[in-house]
Amino acid sequence: MNIYDLTDGMSFKILKVKLNGEIGKRLSDMGFIKNAVGHIVRSALFGDPIEINLNGCNLSLRKLEAEGVDVEIVQKETDSLK
Amino acid sequence: MEIKKITVALAGNPNTGKTTIFNGLTGLRHKVGNYPGVTVEKKVGTRKYKNYEFTIYDLPGTYSLTAYSIDEVVTRDFIINEKPDVVVDVLDSGNLERNLYLCMQFQELNVPIVCALNLSDEAEARGVVIDEVKLSKILRIQMVKTVGVKSEGLENLLERIIDTVENSNTQFCPSYGGELETDISEITKALNSDADFVSKYPACWFAIKLLEKDKRAIELIENHAQKEIVKFKTSEKIKRIEKHFGRDSEIVISEQRYGYIRGATAEAITRKPVLEIDMTEKIDAVVLNKVLSLPIFIFIIWAIFQLTFAIGEYPMGWLETIFGWTSELAGSLMADGLLKSLVVDGIIAGVGGVFSFVPLIVLLFLFISILEDTGYMSRIAFIMDKVLHLFGLHGQSFLPMILGFGCSVPAVMASRALKSAKDRIITVLITPFMSCGAKLPVHILLAGAFFAHNAGNIVISIYIIGIMLALISSLIFRKTILKGDSTPFVMELPPYRMPTLRGIFFHVWEKTFQYIKKAGTIILAASVLIWAVTTFPKLNTDTISYDNLKEEFKKRVDINSIKSEMEALKSGKTVISNIEEPEEKKSLSELKEQLIKGEKTIESAVNEKIEELTEARIETLKQEAALEYSIAGRIGKIIEPLVRPIGFDWKIGVSAVTGFAAKEVVVSTLGILYKVGIDETEESEGLRESLRKDEAFNPLVAYVLMLFTLIIAPCFATLAVIKAEIGWKWLGFSILYSTLGAWAVCFVVYQIGSLFV
Repeated sequence: MNIYDLTDGMSFKILKVKLNGEIGKRLSDMGFIKNAVGHIVRSALFGDPIEINLNGCNLSLRKLEAEGVDVEIVQKETDSLK
Repeated sequence: MEIKKITVALAGNPNTGKTTIFNGLTGLRHKVGNYPGVTVEKKVGTRKYKNYEFTIYDLPGTYSLTAYSIDEVVTRDFIINEKPDVVVDVLDSGNLERNLYLCMQFQELNVPIVCALNLSDEAEARGVVIDEVKLSKILRIQMVKTVGVKSEGLENLLERIIDTVENSNTQFCPSYGGELETDISEITKALNSDADFVSKYPACWFAIKLLEKDKRAIELIENHAQKEIVKFKTSEKIKRIEKHFGRDSEIVISEQRYGYIRGATAEAITRKPVLEIDMTEKIDAVVLNKVLSLPIFIFIIWAIFQLTFAIGEYPMGWLETIFGWTSELAGSLMADGLLKSLVVDGIIAGVGGVFSFVPLIVLLFLFISILEDTGYMSRIAFIMDKVLHLFGLHGQSFLPMILGFGCSVPAVMASRALKSAKDRIITVLITPFMSCGAKLPVHILLAGAFFAHNAGNIVISIYIIGIMLALISSLIFRKTILKGDSTPFVMELPPYRMPTLRGIFFHVWEKTFQYIKKAGTIILAASVLIWAVTTFPKLNTDTISYDNLKEEFKKRVDINSIKSEMEALKSGKTVISNIEEPEEKKSLSELKEQLIKGEKTIESAVNEKIEELTEARIETLKQEAALEYSIAGRIGKIIEPLVRPIGFDWKIGVSAVTGFAAKEVVVSTLGILYKVGIDETEESEGLRESLRKDEAFNPLVAYVLMLFTLIIAPCFATLAVIKAEIGWKWLGFSILYSTLGAWAVCFVVYQIGSLFV
């Protein structure tokens, strides 16, 4: 299951970045690494790009990039921790 | 006391308030330029403190130091080649982990570092508590809390910088975990065998880069004395890592860096629960709402243009007046002749015409700065990315395209926000197709003259064609000459922040200054050039007798209508207050006075008017003849066979060519050539009549001329900034593409149109 499969509000924990080359490196550099947590905030019209919150920071991703990150769903921690 | 010099490189992630800190440290004492050979902005400033003189370089905001992005390459090359005394890494305290990721790479580079924990007020509000003393000990880097916008912590920062430079210990390479440590140290050992090489490129950093398969490192290793050994060891280690972790070694290194950072920050950072939903979320809930986002965005853009033109009108008017006075002053002070003509008609007219645009430019830059500094700009890219991506463009291409509807110059300058060279080149190439403000007079004139009630729709069709051409060109470029993988889109959506007045001021000032410098010099040269080609060779009109023509003209004048004009004026039928031109108003009032008082008879007024009209006519004829005789006219005649297939005769050809200086010149040239006068504007009924009556013109030709003006290469000022952004080669391509494109489209439209008309 990847980030794109999730819906608004769902929390996740990252398992692996499947993309290679520049995109893969860029995602890793930005914090998309194993065990990082975040949640889906919203998506744009037509579902692309999507906005997620990773480690407290809001980022936007294209569909292709979101599909390239494998995650597992986690139970949301209390709302207040940002 | 002896002055000691310290060079500081200011670095950090984008959106951390780095620039605010730079401004806070250097004030007005800074200069902006480019790094040689690349379109990356170079900013240097100075600051005196105690007995030290700091030279501060504001490096581009980057997330990492890979070889994938020109900003990152410039940053790392700066540190390697210029060897600054210290790097000040500006961090977003609320996002410490990701911000420290870059910091680690500076440590790998073995350069002394001081961290500015900026935006610390924001972090506190979000419940993030940082023990900077502890963090400093763990990471072995000095840390200072700062709030850039309030200029808090800056002196403290300077103190830490001095301390670090004066007492620099040998740096150490961060340890990324037992597994990797062995790999890294083995490669480091191999690298150390070439002392020269490692004196230039720190061994620890280079070893890690090799394991990251960094492109530039791979190129540079060829210079190593023992390159074969190094390369062998590297590929051996990479294989081992990839087998062991089951992932690309590049990614493993990223993970290990974060692992190290996690460990460090876990001890020094605590989070307090915060109950409020913050302001940013509230705003985004509205502004990025699926249904509302687009309408809100369109409204904002509309409002920006409205405000810009509404406010800008005033200073524009003043500037036009000032240039008018200067022109008159020069005219009266100088003796008639070439020099006077050069100064008045060439320099003052040309430069004045474009400088009167400056207020609009300043206002557009002001609004862009506000959009950028508040953080809304990234939301724009988010909203527009899907649509633009369909055409091979990037969400961030949207702003330059929109600005292009106002003026191409700030539009092209705004393309610098695009990080990928390919994205930037394509954006710059298509921006001129957005029909700019200066082309509008041409459209209005021609549509008004030939399409009467449909004029509005015709002009809109031109705009739509422009947009379509832009999008289609983008697709073509993406599939042919600018092929390539899509660059990563992943982008930060920073919290909304209140821009500082000082920040905006500097932002606008710098951009405007660049515009004036670039556009100013080019326009000066272009004005002189256009003046020269339309003036030389000089036609000696003194020898020609215009008496016959004068008689002819007088015969054809409608005396009765002039007489009724005078009578209406005297009787008060003509409402003088409706007239806009202040000079015309004044002279008509005077004339009315004289008629009423009996100082002039209707007859003498009529005769005077006829003389006036005749003289004006002759003047225009002289201008036209001179133009025909000049180089511009001759060029027009020479290219006539080339423009015939698209329906133009030599006069239209000349008008289109003068458009290179500035698009509005097309209208005044048409005014001269169509025997009406040089003061014609696009609204003049006289010019419209004249065009309609001319055989060479008809609705089809008019439409083709509008298309031609739309597509052909933009004005010199725009060409100048295009060259600055994407270089001579691509500028040449742009000119070629738009010229051939203009011709091709016009050819098709004209030829097919002729079958029906």
